[in-house]
This record gives sequence, C-alpha cells and structure tokens, in this order.
Amino acid sequence: MSDIILETRDLTKHYGGVHALEGANFVLRNGEHVAIMGDNGAGKSTFVRQITGVEQRTRGEIIFDGKPVNFSGPLDAREAGIEAVFQTLALADHLDVPDNLFLGREKTKFDWLGPFRLLDYKAMREDTLAALEKTGVKIPNIRNTIQNMSGGQRQCVAIARTASFHSKLTIMDEPTAALGVQETAQVENIIRTLKDQGEPLVLISHNMRQVMDLVDRIIVFRRGRIVANLNKNETDGQDVVAYITGAKTQPEYDVEGVA
Amino acid sequence: MADHADGIGGLKYDRSKRAWPNEMNIFIALVLIVAVFEALGQILPYMDGQSFLFDTNDRFDTIFNEARLRIIILQVAIIGIISLGVTQVIISGGIDLSSGPLTAATAMIVMSFAQTELVNGNPNPAAVFGPWAMDLPVIVPVIVGLCFGAFIGSINGSLIAFTRIPPFIATLGMFLICRGIAQWWTRGQPVSFPTEGYAWLGSGMMPVIWFVLLAILCHVLLRYTVYGKHTYAIGSNEDAARMSGINVKRHKVMVYMIASMLAAFAAIVLSSKNLTAQSGMGLFYELYAIAMAVIGGVSLQGGRGSIIGTVLGAMVFGVIQSGFTYVKLDAYFQIMAMGFIIISAVVLDQWRQQRAASRS
Ligand SMILES: Nc1ncnc2c1ncn2[C@@H]1O[C@H](COP(=O)(O)OP(=O)(O)O)[C@@H](O)[C@H]1O
Ligand SMILES: [Mg+2]
Repeated sequence: MSDIILETRDLTKHYGGVHALEGANFVLRNGEHVAIMGDNGAGKSTFVRQITGVEQRTRGEIIFDGKPVNFSGPLDAREAGIEAVFQTLALADHLDVPDNLFLGREKTKFDWLGPFRLLDYKAMREDTLAALEKTGVKIPNIRNTIQNMSGGQRQCVAIARTASFHSKLTIMDEPTAALGVQETAQVENIIRTLKDQGEPLVLISHNMRQVMDLVDRIIVFRRGRIVANLNKNETDGQDVVAYITGAKTQPEYDVEGVA
Repeated sequence: MADHADGIGGLKYDRSKRAWPNEMNIFIALVLIVAVFEALGQILPYMDGQSFLFDTNDRFDTIFNEARLRIIILQVAIIGIISLGVTQVIISGGIDLSSGPLTAATAMIVMSFAQTELVNGNPNPAAVFGPWAMDLPVIVPVIVGLCFGAFIGSINGSLIAFTRIPPFIATLGMFLICRGIAQWWTRGQPVSFPTEGYAWLGSGMMPVIWFVLLAILCHVLLRYTVYGKHTYAIGSNEDAARMSGINVKRHKVMVYMIASMLAAFAAIVLSSKNLTAQSGMGLFYELYAIAMAVIGGVSLQGGRGSIIGTVLGAMVFGVIQSGFTYVKLDAYFQIMAMGFIIISAVVLDQWRQQRAASRS
C-alpha cells in the first residue's frame, strides 16, 4: 500500500452548527493528479485546511505517506512534505520574491543565535533564481516587492514556492481563479512539470477545460460531502456538472439526507 | 509574452532596478526643513540674521553651531531609544502606547536600586529601601530595569497575541497601569542621589552613544535576522505569516518585549542623566516615539519602515523642535505644531501608498 500518498477516512469539520465537511473518504496515489470540483461553499477549501493543519478537524483520520498524521499547524504539514497554495495567497506584500519564497523556512547562518540567527540572503537569491528557472516563471526583478506585481506574477511566486521545495504532495486551491489567459497557461505549465516529475497533486478548480486537460481523476464535493469519484477518461464535462449541481450522485456516495 | 518582453525570466538580480529608498525622501525632507529654518532666521525681522545651523560667532575652529546640534541629538536620543522599539512594534502591525509611563515606572523602580547610602556624609534623604539596596554595583539596577521592561512587554504582547484585545487598547491599559505604578512606588516622592557608576550611564553625550549603538543593533535585527524578517512578514500579512509556519503569537510577544526593554533602557539613561526619577517623567514620550517612527516612514498599517528611517525621523523631530525654539515659537504652539506634523506625515504616507498601489 506504499502506493498511496494520502488517505482520509471519515474526515469531518463542523464550524459550530455548520457542517462544512462531512465524512470525506479520499485516496490519492503517488504521482496521481486529482481535481476537486464543486460549487462555492461545497467544502473544498475546508477539506484542504484540515489536511494541511491550518485547522483542526472535528473527526476522522488522515494518513499521509503511510502514517496517521496530526498536524498542529501548516508548518508541521510542510515539514512532512505537503506544500499548499491557498486560495487567499499566503504572500507578504512588502517583501520581495526570495523573502516570500523562503518565508517561514529561511536559509540562515549562525543558527545558535536562535530567533536572531542571520539570514543567508545570497543563498536564498540563488535558490530563488533556480526555482523560477525550474518552473519557467518569468519575473523581471526578484528584488521587487510583491505588492508591485501582477496577479499572475504573484500567483506564480506562490506556486514556485510550492514547486521548488521537494514536496511529497502539492495542493492548490483555485490557483488560476483570478488570472488572465496567459498567466493561467503559465500556472498550468508548472502543473505539467509536476506531473512529469511524478509529484502528486490535488487541484481545486472551477475551470472544466483545465481540469480535463491536467488531471487523472475528478472528485466532486457537494454540501460538505464527496458525491462522486470519476476517472477522467470515463466522464465528460456535462457528467461532472450533473454531479456538481446535484442532478446525480454516485450510488456508493448516496447517503441518506443528502438531496 | 509582451508582459515579459525582457525575457530574462527573473534570472537577474538587478540592483539598478531597486526602488528609490524611502529613507532618501526623509533625508531630503530633513535638509529642506533645516533650510527653511535657516531662511526664516534671515527673513524674520526679530531674528537679527542669526543662523540656525552655522556658527556666526567669528570662531574659526567650527563651522556648525555645535551647541545647537548637540542639544538636538541629546534631546532626541532618549525618546529615540524608545522609538527604536516602537518602530518594531508598528512594523509588526501593532502599536505601543505604554512606553512613556513605562519609562516613568521603570525609572522610579530602577533609581531605588541605584541610590548611594551617604550624600555629603548624611544619609540619603530620598532613600527608598534600607541599606541593603544602597551602593549596589551599577549592573543591578540595569538588570532590574530590563527585567521590569521585559515583564511589562510580555504582558502587553501576551494580551495582544493570546486574547483578541487590540494593541491600542491593551497598551492603553498598560499606559495607565504603569503611570499608577510610577506614582505608587514612592507615593509620589522623587527618587534621587544615584551612585557614581549609575550617574555615568546618562552623563554627557552618553545618551547619544547608547542611541547610536542600539540603533545599529536594531537595524541589524530587523534587516539581517529571521526575527526581523518575520516582524515585517507579520505586519505585512499576518495570515500569510501564519500559513508560512511562523509562530505569530510567540513572535508578537517577543516584539513587545524588545520594545518595552528598549523603553526601560531609555528610562535608565534618562534617570541617570537627570540624577533623579519622578513619577511624572516621560510625558508624551509614547506619542513622540510614535511620531519619530511615522515621520521616518514607518507605516501605521504595518510591514513597512526601517530603523534608518526612524533615526532620520528622530532627527527631523529634533530639528523641528529646536527650530521652533530658534524662531521663538511659543511652547503651546510648538505642541500644536507637532500634532500637525504627525498628521501630515501619516497623510503623506497614505498618499504615497495609494500612488504606489495605483501604479502597479
Ligand atoms: N471559519 C469558518 N467558520 C464558519 N463557517 C465556515 C468557515 N469556513 C468555511 N465555512 C463554511 O463552510 C462551508 C464550506 O466552505 P469552503 O470550504 O470555503 O467552501 P469551498 O472552498 O468549497 O467554496 C461554507 O458554507 C462556509 O460558509
Ligand atoms: Mg474555496
């Protein structure tokens, strides 16, 4: 079973009375690219937040890389090898590209100084250039602060960040939602690079063409529950939309009380 | 591909493309302000053509009016030390209103561990404690002061980090608590007659030396350490910082602790310089410290600013204050004018930010 990189069993999150995520059973194999689709409010981002330790789940199990995990925060998840691009970009506007790429895991010197250890700017700049080259991201000057960059450039920085650290799993939550055509193409290129390198990916997206182009499998969320698990080759856009809107539910996911 | 016409793919680190540093603007402002006062000195009829900056007494050994410069930097140095900490708090997205009263409370406490037993052969008339607290080595009061600062700062920081109390309210509460401590400590009596060692800490130009040393230290902290990077990151985008795995709560506590320790150190220097501590000292210091930072380009929205900017801001502050005295502006008007300048600095900063935002 070492083939499975991520598995969730009965993963559930309630915000007070809001059942944002209910009993999600999910499996991701190594090297596989899976899309999660579903209406706004279906619980997709909530699902990601439980896996990445941003929030603590109400119930259920997460098995990552063969071991049950209990991440107390996003850093835990990242150290275990899960990289995430969140829907709201986790970038600091007033910092430049290397600063953002290495935020929270800076390269340092004199580590015995604890929180006052020195930053190794040179090493971080070099690695940044390497990471951008690897992902084909074009940014005129990496020393510019993020606030002066276009949405696409910002998104690319966020994604270059995930793609540049050797992660075991990458999760992207609507990475192209706010991007133009060219910028979207660049992000999709990065995703293909990941596929070529055999790195598994969970991609949340509303873009049917993109999903059909990029992934192997589609999971549909509706009202906090998984309602379909579709092989890309055995489905089409209309079929997926039927699951998203609730016109259809796969029999194995048909739980009482779900309309 | 028109977006990336240069096609360099980010594979260049181009120094020449770095933005015009904000600190340059403040430096230019500083020069302009000096020039304005210089001009006023020539224009205003009652000034008799006195110079603001230059030595007009025919002494060939100096060009500048050293006495005035010395007064300016001395005036600025102690509040400047506080401002170094306030700068870090503001960059992290917070605010610290408690530094002025903290200065008073710390001075009162520290001074009572820095007294001499005998004054001119008589027992110290202002003694707070018995003989056990007399003539202690200078390190004792210094450590007591820094510990008290760290203690108050950790309360500030913990309130802000672990409860949802806004920094403004938490430190406003601490403002009153510290003023209360300062008054309660000796029931309002001044504490005087420090040891020689203690008196040395703030003697002559020592406050300026401390200010410069601490400014260099804080500059290094903010610019070259993980602590500094995380301080900017939290002020810039707290959620991003948290998602990047930064321990935001612990970091905030650290920032407020460092700020309060700097304020406590300012209290040590100030009480040493004055050779006495009074419960009313440090009036408006918290506001002046914030003003120096804001004039120096530290954004009240967090994430932006630098120690160099704050030092320049402190100089601007000192020059303006000294200039007002020089053109014989009434003390009342001076305070009002200060308020006006602080507001202008914030308005200017916001205008500059909006312009930067609309450009991109
Ligand atoms: N922090 C929260 N507190 C309360 N309700 C929340 C919170 N986060 C999300 N929700 C609710 O949970 C549901 C799922 O949200 P989300 O996972 O963001 O949906 P999606 O990403 O699929 O659009 C929504 O009804 C949303 O309002
Ligand atoms: Mg979402």
